[in-house]
Amino acid sequence: MFLTATIGILVSMTLALVRALLGPTVYDRVLAVNTFGTKTVLLIAVLGFLTDRPEFLDLALVYALINFIGTIAVLKFFEFGDLGLTRRILRDID
Amino acid sequence: MLRVFGLGAVLFGFWLLLSGHYTPLLLSFGVASCVLVVYLSARMDVVDHEGVPFHVSARMWVYFPWLMQEIVVANLAVAKIILSPKMDISPGMVVFHGSQQTDLGRVIYANSITLTPGTITTGVEGQEFQIHALTAADLDSKEQDEMDRWCTWVEQG
Amino acid sequence: MDLAFAVVSWACIMGGLFFMIVGSVGVLRMPDVFTRLHAAGMTDTLGAGLIILGLCFQTVSGIVDGETSYWFVLIRLVLVDAFLTFTSPISTHALARAAIAGGVEPWTKEEAEGA
Repeated sequence: MFLTATIGILVSMTLALVRALLGPTVYDRVLAVNTFGTKTVLLIAVLGFLTDRPEFLDLALVYALINFIGTIAVLKFFEFGDLGLTRRILRDID
Repeated sequence: MLRVFGLGAVLFGFWLLLSGHYTPLLLSFGVASCVLVVYLSARMDVVDHEGVPFHVSARMWVYFPWLMQEIVVANLAVAKIILSPKMDISPGMVVFHGSQQTDLGRVIYANSITLTPGTITTGVEGQEFQIHALTAADLDSKEQDEMDRWCTWVEQG
Repeated sequence: MDLAFAVVSWACIMGGLFFMIVGSVGVLRMPDVFTRLHAAGMTDTLGAGLIILGLCFQTVSGIVDGETSYWFVLIRLVLVDAFLTFTSPISTHALARAAIAGGVEPWTKEEAEGA
């Protein structure tokens, strides 16, 4: 049962990877990587049950948070070209 | 001040749930890290009605089951569109009017809209919510009004 | 009793897998980044939610059997789902906003038919 779930998640991860490779815009790739990350969280959770080591869930928890912050950081970098600049500072520069 | 202690209590409860080790040394580490986080949050000036929204938490529990049900319905609708061979979509931008008075209420409404597949909030200006809808042609405005009323109700909590 | 838990959790996990794979297919089939976001939202909400719910039933069946350590597993499962539910609309919104700011024009049916 957990094996089926693992295979299913891996299949859908492959589909997300195809979208990441196809693009065409950079936002499509970020979107694909973001869903890939969500699926990784679920894969870690299911793998914990498959190998009977539910401690894996701690990793899933951390990965969920890192995935979110990573997506936001990448998007902010695209928009401002800098992780430290905020909209307010940019306005002051103008 | 109440919010500061409330935040500390919630953080320490969270720490207790995740740690699983209850020796005096580790407990004191937990307390120390919670105090540090609360101190930093207070310095960042985020311990207010927006950063620590305890006043809406009670009504959130009533709102959430309803939102869940909406999410399931919307998921089924989007799944049907994706699986149909010709994919009958008519995406477009729509503007909704929200009746929330505070920024927190607007955040709850905008996130609820985004959480239901088929509609994404792309921008908020004042009371106007800019929405990208997957099927803009037959968007159910009655359901959106109901969600809007719910969010206003939660916000007043 | 064990059988009932097994059946329910099996059904939940299969349902979650269904929505997840349909969401991925949607991400592949949809015409532009905004419509793909709708499909990706399915994976984040019902796909993840049902799979986690299925795993929760597994742990509950363990707790019923007297394994107290499974309480910690249950708490973590609930937290994982809570984090996913709270963060997914924010990253979806950030992506949509960034795409608009980056000059991506939303795909419309009329344009596609006219072209």
